[in-house]
Amino acid sequence: MGSSDLNEFSGELVMANLRWLWRQLTSMRIALILLFLLALASVPGSLFPQRGTSPLRVKEFLQDNPTSGPILDRLYMFDVFASPWFAAIYLLLFISLTGCVLPRALEHYKEIRSLPPVAPKNLSRLPAHQQWHSARPAEEIITETQQAWKKRGWRVRTGDGWISAEKGYSRETGNLIFHLALLVLLVAVGVGGAVGFRGTVIVREGSGFANNVTQYDTFAPGRMFGPDQLPPFSFSLKDFGATYQRGGRQNGAPREFFADIVVKDTQDAQPRDLRIEVNDPLRTSGITVYLVGHGYAPEFTIRDAKGNVVWQDAAVFLPQDGAFTSSGVVKVPDTVPQLGIQGFFLPTASGDFSHGPKSKFPAADKPEVYLSAWIGDLGLDSGMPQSVYRLDTEKMSRIGIEELAPGEIWKLPNSGVTVEFSGYREWASFAITRDPGKGWALGAAIASIVGLSLSLLIPRRRAWLRVTATPSEGNLIEVAGLSKTEAPGLSNEISQLAKLVSAPEETDDR
Amino acid sequence: MTVNETLAQASNAMVYGSMTAFTGAMVAFSISLAKGRRLETLETSVERSNASHQVRMGATATLDRPAVSTSVSDEAGRGEGRRAGNIGMALTWLGTILLGTGIVFRGLSAGRPPVGNMYEFSLAAGFAVSLAYCLLSLTRDLRWLGVFITVPVLLDLGLALTVLYTDSAQLVPALNSYWLAIHVTAAIVCMGAFTVGAALSGLYLVAQAAEDRVAAGQEPGRSAALAHRIPSADRLDLMAYRIHAFMFPIWTFAVIAGAIWAEAAWGRYWGWDPKETWAFITWVIYAAYLHARATAGWRGRKAAFVAIAGYGAIIFNYFIVNIYVQGLHSYSGL
Ligand code: HEM
Repeated sequence: MGSSDLNEFSGELVMANLRWLWRQLTSMRIALILLFLLALASVPGSLFPQRGTSPLRVKEFLQDNPTSGPILDRLYMFDVFASPWFAAIYLLLFISLTGCVLPRALEHYKEIRSLPPVAPKNLSRLPAHQQWHSARPAEEIITETQQAWKKRGWRVRTGDGWISAEKGYSRETGNLIFHLALLVLLVAVGVGGAVGFRGTVIVREGSGFANNVTQYDTFAPGRMFGPDQLPPFSFSLKDFGATYQRGGRQNGAPREFFADIVVKDTQDAQPRDLRIEVNDPLRTSGITVYLVGHGYAPEFTIRDAKGNVVWQDAAVFLPQDGAFTSSGVVKVPDTVPQLGIQGFFLPTASGDFSHGPKSKFPAADKPEVYLSAWIGDLGLDSGMPQSVYRLDTEKMSRIGIEELAPGEIWKLPNSGVTVEFSGYREWASFAITRDPGKGWALGAAIASIVGLSLSLLIPRRRAWLRVTATPSEGNLIEVAGLSKTEAPGLSNEISQLAKLVSAPEETDDR
Repeated sequence: MTVNETLAQASNAMVYGSMTAFTGAMVAFSISLAKGRRLETLETSVERSNASHQVRMGATATLDRPAVSTSVSDEAGRGEGRRAGNIGMALTWLGTILLGTGIVFRGLSAGRPPVGNMYEFSLAAGFAVSLAYCLLSLTRDLRWLGVFITVPVLLDLGLALTVLYTDSAQLVPALNSYWLAIHVTAAIVCMGAFTVGAALSGLYLVAQAAEDRVAAGQEPGRSAALAHRIPSADRLDLMAYRIHAFMFPIWTFAVIAGAIWAEAAWGRYWGWDPKETWAFITWVIYAAYLHARATAGWRGRKAAFVAIAGYGAIIFNYFIVNIYVQGLHSYSGL
């Protein structure tokens, strides 16, 4: 064997193997296995905390399980749905689905355009069967019956003394629609996620937001995100409101949230008033703005010893529990030494500090702040990024603690600096997302239900009529049917078809 | 709006009443099953099953008898057990009506759809099972199935009243949407119907085991006591398939409705929340069941196990995920 022969031979071998691989991959058995694998692969994603949705719980888990944690992490147990092995199954399923649906679609197209097969010789062996005698000529029976069956939506073929009919092609059509819709869905999910983004932002009452990456508190772009995905819209928060259950076992459970905003859909658009609620987001230029959280922002005015205002704003405090005990800080870098305030805001102060400052109800019935003041170096110049919700007290010392009601002023010891708690504003947090695949995914989902219903509820069935001349009793008429899938009511349907054949002069001996 | 306590208490009374009725029904159905005998022997079932399989495979030419009907008779539970079966049926209707009234009162008491926490889901799921059974029994004799319906319903209601009970209250804002009624109702209807489907698949396994032994010339074995009292394996398999095939598009709809709602409430239509993940797993298992049933080597017993696994996923999603796994769907009210 020459080397070129050998090459040719191994080339054929490779091709044969590839063909074999392709056939395997696109077979229903492999699809079934891949489906099972996909289900199995998503199980750990539901049992372990996932970075994508709850990064804090992942951190906790890793701290609590120092030995098993890193191993699980190496296996992507905390990023299941972004893991290579999940992607591999997803991709194989996609290929498998493509490889099975496209050829089947072609085949089905050909089948729809071809005629039903020739009628079998012996109809009496079929599951649904009827026969009787008639004096009418065979041609007349065939012609008239053929027309009557066609009117009923059967695809009909005639031959010498027989009719062959078929119905229920939409079963296969529906099946193909369903599988194609799945393909579209897989693409829509993948592309939509890659092109879009998701960000969050906290906005206080009286403040606003303009759609710009720098304005987001967190911003997670997809892999193929481009800045053109950020249309220029802006809004300001006029009012946030919440109501809570009062009394009973579910005392304090939230009942209603809303945010009244003023939106400008484009830079030059007329501002419009709008209310966003939990199940009712703002949708504008492909972007959706959801109300996802809320809290309190106590207002402080801080004056130095000469009475000059050195800090005045509403500071965003983050809720710590269901009763909205909220914590936060105020950093005043312009005093010497620098001043830091760490505090709790209690919407409904309980007056009992035995377990630390705690609110007893989420609504602001009796607001109070509970503050501690620190002086020293805030550490802002170190170049390290700092959280705005945390005070780095390493180079500071505490000079006092105080409890204030709205309007009260706290004179800090030994410095002449005053802190006035003038009231509070509420804030709302918004998730702002863009997912251009959304509409496609919805369309595919609806198509998949339609396709499924067709494919599962419509049976494919065949019916035949055969006219045979007999020596004494005229023509023997037989009508019979067969369903390719278990169809209820096949015999009924065959009876209906048989009735369409009947004419007055027949001798009925069914 | 406040909760109407009188209606809330009336609702609880109705639920206890329905449990009493279902308990009576369970007893009556058990007596009926114990006394009943199906008309067709296991041997006939085996014969007919072989014949109809050949027809379906297109091997009609090998048949020596003409006109084999693939529509199988379901002559079970006739004979002596009839009276007890009728009592069971009547009590099941009564229990269903009481339970339905209890659910309506619960909704009226809080002025919202009565599907806001696990207690209410469980009532609705029990109602879905018993109503599906009652409606199906209008057109065919299903008394033999009664025990396998009333037992899960009683378990479900018992759990609802003891473990899952929550006082009637209004909704948290996330649930305050018309999608609550659409998505949750669809899911609950599916849970109910899949319960019936799983019961049928389980009974199919029993019947098939007995028929297999008869076909192999052996004694029907332990499962015969039950197999003699329920329809043939073919019949059960077909009924199970029809229920699953009918419900699968509706389950698909329930999942998609959930995704649409999630898009409006949480800002994404799919986020692999544990509840979503298990709905997906359930969906995949039932899709695999439908495939398995269309694949020659997987029909029958293997397919039935897949169907039962699908039901296992539903139950896991309902009890384990709702109660023990943290996620966005944390509205069990516990
Ligand atoms: C290589 C990939 C696949 C192949 C070859 C395949 C093949 C088929 C075939 C031949 C049917 C018709 C069965 C019948 O008429 O009874 C079918 C039905 C169906 N397939 Fe697939 N399938 C594939 C992938 C998938 C995937 C990924 C899913 C989704 C999870 C899926 C879900 C379904 C469903 C729900 C049905 C309806 C069942 C029925 O019509 O009885 N399939 N598939």
